[in-house]
Amino acid sequence: MLVPAVMEHSLFLIEGGKPMNFEQIVPSMPFILQGIWVTLQIVIIAGILGFILGIILSLFKIGRIKVLRWIADAYTSIFRGTPLVLQLMIIYFASPQLFGIQIEPYTAAILAFGLNSAAYISEIIRAGILAVDKGQQEAAMALGVPYNKMMKDVILPQAMKNILPALMNEFITLTKESAIVTVIGVTDIMRRSYIVGSDTFSFLEPLLFAGLIYYVMVLVLTVAGKWVEGRMRRSD
Amino acid sequence: MIKVNGLYKSFGKLEVLKNIDASIDEGEVVVVIGPSGSGKSTFLRCLNLLEQPTSGMIHIGQEEITNKKYNPLKLRSNVGMVFQHFHLFPHMTTLENVTYAPIKVKGLKTADAKKIGMELLEKVGLSDKADQYPNRLSGGQKQRVAIARALAMEPSIMLFDEPTSALDPEMVKEVLDVMKSLAKTGMTMVIVTHEMGFAREVADRILFMDGGMLIEEADPASFFTAPSSKRAQDFLQKVL
Repeated sequence: MLVPAVMEHSLFLIEGGKPMNFEQIVPSMPFILQGIWVTLQIVIIAGILGFILGIILSLFKIGRIKVLRWIADAYTSIFRGTPLVLQLMIIYFASPQLFGIQIEPYTAAILAFGLNSAAYISEIIRAGILAVDKGQQEAAMALGVPYNKMMKDVILPQAMKNILPALMNEFITLTKESAIVTVIGVTDIMRRSYIVGSDTFSFLEPLLFAGLIYYVMVLVLTVAGKWVEGRMRRSD
Repeated sequence: MIKVNGLYKSFGKLEVLKNIDASIDEGEVVVVIGPSGSGKSTFLRCLNLLEQPTSGMIHIGQEEITNKKYNPLKLRSNVGMVFQHFHLFPHMTTLENVTYAPIKVKGLKTADAKKIGMELLEKVGLSDKADQYPNRLSGGQKQRVAIARALAMEPSIMLFDEPTSALDPEMVKEVLDVMKSLAKTGMTMVIVTHEMGFAREVADRILFMDGGMLIEEADPASFFTAPSSKRAQDFLQKVL
C-alpha cells in the first residue's frame, strides 16, 4: 500500500531487536488517522478559548484597575508555574470534588489547554500592545475615540501584527502538547497509536506514524501562519 | 474661547508649567514659541487634556474642562490635534484614517464620512492618495493627512504640536501652506512651532514661554522687532 518497499522487506534490522514492520500497522492506520480530528477539535477550541481569555487578561494587565491587574498576574503566574499535565489531571480527576460532576475527558482537555494557553497568550498580547507606539493611543484619544474602540480598532490590530509569529508558536506548542490528553484517556492521535502498539506488541511503528502526523500538522500550521503574516504585512 | 487661569503641571517633582494665565479668542491664531523644555507642548496638551493639569482652571467655550466631572471625550471631538510625528494609523488607508473618527465617534454613515473625507483630502491636496497606506506617503503628505484627519471631526479649535519639526526641510512649506489656508478660514488655532517666519506671517499673537512660565505675549510685529523681556531677546538672538 502506502508503505515503502524497503520497509516491507524489514531491512531495518537491529541486532537483538525486532525488525521494523510497518505492514502490520497498515490496517490500524485509519484508526490512528481518525485521531487527527480529535486532536484538532481540542486544539482549535482550546486555542480560541485561550486567545479570547488571553486578550481579556492582557487588557486587565495593562488596564488601570488594580484588582483586575492583580487577578491577571496571579492567574498567569499559577498557570505558567505548574505543569500542564498537573492542571489537566486536576481538572479531570478532581472535577467531582470541584464541580460536583465528572466532566467529559474532552471538556477537561479543552478547559485545561484553553486556560493554560490563555496565560501564555496574555503575556504575548500584553507585550504586543506595549510595543505599539504610544502616539497611536494619543492620536486616538485626541480624536475623542473611547478607550474600548481605540483598543479594538487601533491598538489591537497593530499589536496582532507584532505578535503573530509568537502566537503561531503558541498554537504549534499547543498542537504538540495536546498529546498529553492521553493520560486522561482521550483517544487522540497519541492514544490511538499507543493502543495500536499494545495490540501488536510493537510500539515503534505506530509511534513513529503518530510523530509523522504531528509533524505534518505543525508544518501546515507554520505555512498557514506565514501566509496570514504576509497578508497582514501588506500595509507595510 | 479658551481661558486658562493659574495653570500648573508637574511630572512628579518636576514642575513643567508654573502659573500660566492666557486667553485665546475665537478665530485667533496663537503661536507659542520658546526654547526646548520650556513647557510649550505640555501647555498645548493640557488644552485637550492629554495631560491632566495639576492645578488651575481651563475653560473652553462655556465649559470648565478641568472640572473632575467633565468628560474629556466630549472635549476632544471638538478640539483637533496635530502631532509632531503624525501618528497616522498605519493599518488604515489614508481615507480610512480620515473617516475613522467621524464614523466611530460621531456615528456618521460610512458614505457620508467618505464624502467629507474626500473633500478634506482634496483640500490638503491628497485626494489621489485616498487608497494608499500611510507608509507610502512622504512626511509632508503624512502630516497633511493628519491635519485632514483632525479636521474631519469638525473641531472648533485646532492644536498643532511642532507640526513641521519632524519633516525634511523641503516638505515644511507644503504643511505650512495648508495651515495658512486653514487660518484664513477663521479656525481658532494654537500652534507650537520653531518656524519663526511662519509665526510672524500667520500669528495674531505670540506667546513666549521659558522655564514653564509665560514670559511675554505680544503681536508678532512688536515681538519680533522689539521683544520686551530679556529672555525673549536672548532667545530671538539665537534663532533669528
